[in-house]
Amino acid sequence: MNGFDIGWWGVPIAIFGGAIRVSTPFIFVSLGECLTERSGRINLGLEGTLVFGAMAGYAVAFHTGSPWAGVAAAAFAGMVFGLLHGWLCSLPKVNDIAVGIALMLFGTGIAFFLGKPYIQPVAPDLPAIPLGWWTDIPQLEAALRVNVLFVVGAILAFVMAWMFKATRIGLIVRVVGDSTDAARAMGLDPNWVRLWSTAAGGALAGIGGAYLSLYYPGSWNEGISSGQGLMAVALVIFARWNPINCLWAALLFGGAGALGPALQSVGVSEGYYLFFAAPYVLTLGLLVATSSPTQAISGAPGELSITK
Amino acid sequence: MSALAPVGVETVGMTMKFGAFVALDNVSIQVRPGSFHALLGENGAGKSTLVKCMMGFYHPTSGQLIVGDREVSIDDPRAAHAHGLGMVYQHFTLVPSLTGAENLVINRPDVPPVIDWAAEGKALAAFMETMPFSVPLDVPVNRLSAGEKQKLELLKQLYLGRKFLILDEPTSVLTPAEADELLGMVREMTVSGGLTVLMITHKFREVTAYADEVSVLRRGRYVGGGKVSELSHADMAALMIGEKTLSQKAARNDALGNVVLSLRDVQAVDRSGLKQISLEALDVRSGEIVGVAGVSGNGQAELMEILAGQRPYQAGAIQVKGQAYDASRTQARAAHVRYLPEEPLHNACAPRMSVAQNIAFRDFDEDGQGKPRFWLDNGAMRAKARDLVAAYNVKTTSIDSPIAALSGGNVQRAVLARELTGQVDLLVISNPCFGLDFSAVAEIRARIMAARNSGTAVLLISEDLDEILELSDRVLVMSEGRIAFETPIGTADIGEIGKHMAGHA
Repeated sequence: MNGFDIGWWGVPIAIFGGAIRVSTPFIFVSLGECLTERSGRINLGLEGTLVFGAMAGYAVAFHTGSPWAGVAAAAFAGMVFGLLHGWLCSLPKVNDIAVGIALMLFGTGIAFFLGKPYIQPVAPDLPAIPLGWWTDIPQLEAALRVNVLFVVGAILAFVMAWMFKATRIGLIVRVVGDSTDAARAMGLDPNWVRLWSTAAGGALAGIGGAYLSLYYPGSWNEGISSGQGLMAVALVIFARWNPINCLWAALLFGGAGALGPALQSVGVSEGYYLFFAAPYVLTLGLLVATSSPTQAISGAPGELSITK
Repeated sequence: MSALAPVGVETVGMTMKFGAFVALDNVSIQVRPGSFHALLGENGAGKSTLVKCMMGFYHPTSGQLIVGDREVSIDDPRAAHAHGLGMVYQHFTLVPSLTGAENLVINRPDVPPVIDWAAEGKALAAFMETMPFSVPLDVPVNRLSAGEKQKLELLKQLYLGRKFLILDEPTSVLTPAEADELLGMVREMTVSGGLTVLMITHKFREVTAYADEVSVLRRGRYVGGGKVSELSHADMAALMIGEKTLSQKAARNDALGNVVLSLRDVQAVDRSGLKQISLEALDVRSGEIVGVAGVSGNGQAELMEILAGQRPYQAGAIQVKGQAYDASRTQARAAHVRYLPEEPLHNACAPRMSVAQNIAFRDFDEDGQGKPRFWLDNGAMRAKARDLVAAYNVKTTSIDSPIAALSGGNVQRAVLARELTGQVDLLVISNPCFGLDFSAVAEIRARIMAARNSGTAVLLISEDLDEILELSDRVLVMSEGRIAFETPIGTADIGEIGKHMAGHA
């Protein structure tokens, strides 16, 4: 047995590494969705925002040569999508879920249309921090190559939790999300708060997209997203609208997503495709396990159209 | 004015008109600084309108408001707050998922961008020290009981520095024990200085137990008041209800028939889930109108819901014409039971469907012979709707316009037309004339009387005592979820009815 063959130990290591690598877009999209939903609105269009962010980030990184410019461009594009969603929803008799689905299809469609010339070119990748410098096991070293955006996302989860608890802006978002009447009585403008919460949520989803095209998998193509934007909505629900729980849920989801490739790497090939379904099976299982037919979901913002 | 001196408020000649309707007519009341003042009146007497004028929600047509010793003009609630006026509403205005502390702090006008919870916690603890009661501030408001929420509403007003509090029926969602506790504390704070309270109520017991002075409104006018210690319940009831004469406006032909509706020992839980509705016996015979009087919130709404099958009951039996009755569509049709609930646009209509479709609700799925039909007969539906709209004088641009576009009186007429068509053996009505103009009121009452005269058993639940006295053959009074009193109309004594309505036999 040489130093490179670690046998079955490769599975937990690969899952651990995969959790960090795969979870980053989930962290950003679910944090963005968490912020939007806390203000009392659902943005189902984040899938479209994610794909458009991936395209915009890749294109700008390719033209400027700077991956960070790409991330900034993706965030900006995401914000524009968020503003569009927020503005449409502030019109009378407009349903946020319908607008979200329309924007999801619009975002992916226009990203494919504008992104055609960028399938071939190679854009610079985002840098990673080699936290595995101390080990000679290549698998572990690979697993510990952590992208900067993951660190940013993890910190952001805690910052957002603090924001909801201890800042005026955070409390205002919660008031608006829980009771439009109470917000009006306080002299707040619920539509304005929701508009900017949706915009900020869109920007975060755009960053999640940039991570996809600029780091992992690290290229732009039409199959870049496998529904991360939609899954993030489910993550927010079972994270009970708590940003820190969103981080753990994203990590769990990322780890489950890495199960298939990890088993493949140690030679388990039977039922291989089944393991790719693991994250979705896990989502369904967790949603069923944590739901209750008799009680309203605890922690749900009162103004959310799905929980009303 | 020092920080601790209580504030007095006075209205002078306050008049409020909504179009031709006079909601307040030259009302002058004086709330002395540091007093606990009660504002009594029946529903629609103008109590809410008066306090909304004081708080700046309405702009009175004429009249002045004096706060302290200066005349002030209050354009919006913010201006009222600036003068130290605050209001605790009947419904809760707290944000449910925020904790008590968060609710208090976010309502302050000067919230810092970053909230230092350690410092705020100390400040709140210091503030709570000065209060006679405490509420857990670190749990989300939706986990508090109704009594705790109401206390927190009160704390919020005090925390925000209000010195003149208006309480709008503060005990309507509380149990009697919670109500006593809350009002006792409020009383204590007016006695120990710093606070003046104006409480809207229609519970005499609370007035005598806690208030110093009382003002009574009736039909938008100030009709009397004074020191509570100098007034008896009978005096207050007389002021509130007024001089009523028993007028027999509609012709009656008396042919009392068999018992149609019979309730025995029905037990149910009320809307708040805290109180029990308990009806020992209630019979309605064919050819009579049984009026159920009572101050709102004493179980009449629940009685209507039980009869309409909207509220489950735990025990007891309801029979219609000797058969057990569970208010299903089949049974209602077989026993010829019809309903006219209050707010019929919401409770008895599909607001966006057309007038013709709404009128057809009772029989659209039947052919003429009582057999179910698959294809609707739109022609017949429209023809019937056209006839009924003409016969009941429903004013609508077209029978195809949505029923929500009609005025309240016309919705009421349309629903009444639907409910009174065909054979009707039992008619259950709740507040049929609420918010309608005089001509509509007269017409709808005449229709109800005509139904009675043709042999229908009518149960009339109403908060308008005039209506009950005008229409009923027998009067029941509901109080605290029970039937507290029963009298035939011939020997009805208004004072007696008023006393039972107020919960004092």
